[in-house]
Amino acid sequence: MLILTDERPDSVELADRAATIRAAYVHIPFCARLCPYCDFAVVTDRDDQTARYCKALTLEIEREKEWAPLDSIYVGGGTPSRVDPQQLGLVLDALAAQHGFSEELEVSIEANPEDWSLDRALALRQAGFNRVSFGAQSFNSSTLLRLGRRHQPDQIAGAVFAAREAGFSSINLDLIFGTPGDGSWGETLVAALSLRPDHLSCYALTVEPGTELFRQVAAGSPGPNSDQQADAWETAAAAAESAGLVRYEVSNWARPGHAVNYNLAVWAQAEYLAFGLGAHRFRSKVRSHNYRHLDTYLAAAEKGASTWAGEEPIEGWTSEVERVFLGIRRVAGVRAGPAGEALWHSDEGQTLAKHGVIELGGGRLVVRRTLLTDAVARALLALPPPPIQN
Amino acid sequence: MFPPARIRNFCIIAHIDHGKSTLADRLLERTGAISERDMREQVLDTMDLERERGITIKAQAVRLNYRAQDGVDYLLNLIDTPGHVDFSYEVSRSLAACEGALLLADAAQGVQAQTLANAHLAINAGLEIIPAVNKIDLPAADPERVIAEMIGVLGGRPEDVLRLSAKSGEGVDHLLDEIVRLVPPPAGDPDSALRALVFDSYYDAYRGVVCYVRIVDGSLSLGDPIRFMATGEIQSVDEVGVLTPKALEVGGLGPGEVGYLITGVKEIGRVKVGDTITNALRGAQTPLPGYDEPKPMVFAGLFPTEGDDFERLREALEKLTLNDASLKYEPESSRALGFGFRLGFLGLLHMEIVRERLEREYGLDLVATAPSVAFRVRLPNGDLLEVQSPQDVPDPDNRLGIEEPYVTAMIIAPAEHIGSIMELVQRRRGEAGSMHYLSPERVELTYRLPLSEVVFDFFDQLKSRTKGYASLDYEPAGYQVSDLVKVDILLNGVPVDAFSAIVHREKAATYGKLMTERLKELIPRQLFDIPIQAAIGGRFIARETVKARRKDVLAKCYGGDITRKRKLLERQKEGKKRMKLVGSVEVPQEAFVAALRVDTD
Repeated sequence: MLILTDERPDSVELADRAATIRAAYVHIPFCARLCPYCDFAVVTDRDDQTARYCKALTLEIEREKEWAPLDSIYVGGGTPSRVDPQQLGLVLDALAAQHGFSEELEVSIEANPEDWSLDRALALRQAGFNRVSFGAQSFNSSTLLRLGRRHQPDQIAGAVFAAREAGFSSINLDLIFGTPGDGSWGETLVAALSLRPDHLSCYALTVEPGTELFRQVAAGSPGPNSDQQADAWETAAAAAESAGLVRYEVSNWARPGHAVNYNLAVWAQAEYLAFGLGAHRFRSKVRSHNYRHLDTYLAAAEKGASTWAGEEPIEGWTSEVERVFLGIRRVAGVRAGPAGEALWHSDEGQTLAKHGVIELGGGRLVVRRTLLTDAVARALLALPPPPIQN
Repeated sequence: MFPPARIRNFCIIAHIDHGKSTLADRLLERTGAISERDMREQVLDTMDLERERGITIKAQAVRLNYRAQDGVDYLLNLIDTPGHVDFSYEVSRSLAACEGALLLADAAQGVQAQTLANAHLAINAGLEIIPAVNKIDLPAADPERVIAEMIGVLGGRPEDVLRLSAKSGEGVDHLLDEIVRLVPPPAGDPDSALRALVFDSYYDAYRGVVCYVRIVDGSLSLGDPIRFMATGEIQSVDEVGVLTPKALEVGGLGPGEVGYLITGVKEIGRVKVGDTITNALRGAQTPLPGYDEPKPMVFAGLFPTEGDDFERLREALEKLTLNDASLKYEPESSRALGFGFRLGFLGLLHMEIVRERLEREYGLDLVATAPSVAFRVRLPNGDLLEVQSPQDVPDPDNRLGIEEPYVTAMIIAPAEHIGSIMELVQRRRGEAGSMHYLSPERVELTYRLPLSEVVFDFFDQLKSRTKGYASLDYEPAGYQVSDLVKVDILLNGVPVDAFSAIVHREKAATYGKLMTERLKELIPRQLFDIPIQAAIGGRFIARETVKARRKDVLAKCYGGDITRKRKLLERQKEGKKRMKLVGSVEVPQEAFVAALRVDTD
């Protein structure tokens, strides 16, 4: 599996072919501090454990039974750029030893601009990484402060140039819109697009339970306004398109040839491996996830024991609904299949169609009003399972 | 049989919280009907609800044995009465079983509207009135002032008014002697044919219908064949007893006695409160006067949240009506709320209690529509049509006019609040009434008001304008033509019957604005713009718009999010199930309740 040079990220063929991608996710939980909106599995003040953690990762990787050569590896966090590139190289080596790598391997790393330097970029290239995703979030210093980020806007450009210089073949910028009190979204978009990223992710700031932001909003601070977020998304869509980026999912844009394999695989309901603290995988029709507590995870991995904290089989109608639920996030839509057809013919589906939210054509279900995708998802989840057929 | 000459039947009339239940407890204790160890506060209030609200809903009767100062044993029957304005019907039922009434007033708060209203009922029923001030031990007590108020309205001499503290027991022994001395013994004829008044009844799941009776003439024994004179039902007496307050079986009851009766009647609705029981073989010719049918004054629709609960609601109402003859109901269907019932209540408190009992005792989850009064519509052919639901009011082309019920409202309040009360009454379309000073500080005001203006939050408003010192009572005062209009509320162009209201023309715009604004807040944004309009006939008087939802999508859905996000959406989907589809608009169940919430003006 490979993305053809100049293949449009939103192509139907690519979306469907992505189901055959073999991807692996590696989680690096270490952070300098907690961002107020973040609900990922992260730890602060535990940087002394990074080497031990990477070793535990290799042990967990070695426990996984052999699969097939990998097409895509995604090292996310947390802040992977805080970890010694050599240690990360050992983790990649473990993956190579266990499963092998395909020729067109994509190896992504998430990085914070303030951690980035040409030396680090070169070391990471040396370790095997060829794609980097920067947590830029905003080009306005007060918004960055509000989001709890530690970098200055001008560090983003420096990081992008260093990555290019080091030979990263694909560069992404992550941005956040709809931060209460932020009036700089247009400015941020212009600054981001002027860096000519290969890929752009724009996320609506979301108030997740258990986060500092959640507590602030519950205590009366203004939360994100959904109409303003809709405006901001529309601004982003127009700006990205005029910069030659093609949207292929709710929050993701890419130049032709630069869609992310790992994400394409997930939305195509492909199975994938995952390693590390709190990581989620999908293997042998089971979604499972690891311990979220660092010491528990380390102890289990080092003993050679299972690191799983929970699992859920995804089969039958549940799997069919999930396939459509994931697929409709893509601009390319999804093969309708039994669940898509059932949705289309339901009362709710007809209402959605009448108001231009969904379309069905050539056996494909497509969401036309992207910002209402969850209304479609809920209607899908509300469908009664069909009678069991023998 | 107890000699009638040594029987005293009496009730206690008091304003809510003036200490009636506490006094009843004390009387039970003093006469040994109940030991102090068994004493729970307010023994007579059996229902949880009564205990919580501190009010008495069901009349009950307790037999007390009392040896008076002269060494003679007397039988005292205490008939409990409710004390709230909604329940004057039940008060009059209790009065019919008594010869005397103890009129209780709080020594700090003084005479209140209900005290007066019920005192008039008792006087008209020919009862001997024993006035008493209670709570004389309170630091704020001013018995002299209250006694002056009492004789001001009832006549008599200051020394005739008893002084009590039900709480400490002071004056209670003297009260018992005064009851023996002043309340006339029952005057029934032991030799004539049986006539017993059914003054209350309730349904017991194991024993069927239990009737409370007062024997007027003749006597009744276990096994006697009896006939209910109004219904014609013939039964035999399976059990007869008295309440001490525990049920105690006796062989029979003679003239003047009060007790309970169980017959073969198991079915709800076959016993009519107010009916006369006579002997089936040796029957009386004329029944006792009985009572007028209670007339509901406030109407509201009650709908089960779950459509499947309709039958359970029907069964619950059937059982409730046996204990509560004043509750009326009939099936109703609403486009917005489905199948339910239209209920008639004596007042708002009654409505609230019925709804709470249905939810609490029968486990039902209910939606109630806005309370309404019964209007009369003059039809083009001259007929009068009684309408209990706004949705049944004919179009303006098919009616000549609408009449609404009026009441005479009596308000007693401190004189300093007169201005504020008059302003409230004026705002509620009240007509100038009369004013009477009970004392230099307290005044009795009488007004004529549309019932619809009283049943909503009038009492709450009155309370808040008088720092809680005003009391209110009202009685029906006929119908009167008013400039009334029907305001419809339309969602996306479709009228929603549950939100229609009959209001005075001058208040229509305010109502329309209030409802459209409220609904705008309550209806979630949907796939399209939803106009919310208020209209009189075809003319729109208010409009709001729920703008189409623009953003409804998770920002991220990656490998680590799938299960969690799916579960989040599934939870949201459950919320969607509690929506009612009105036309093409999804309306949350809570919106009906919240939009129809009685509001302050």
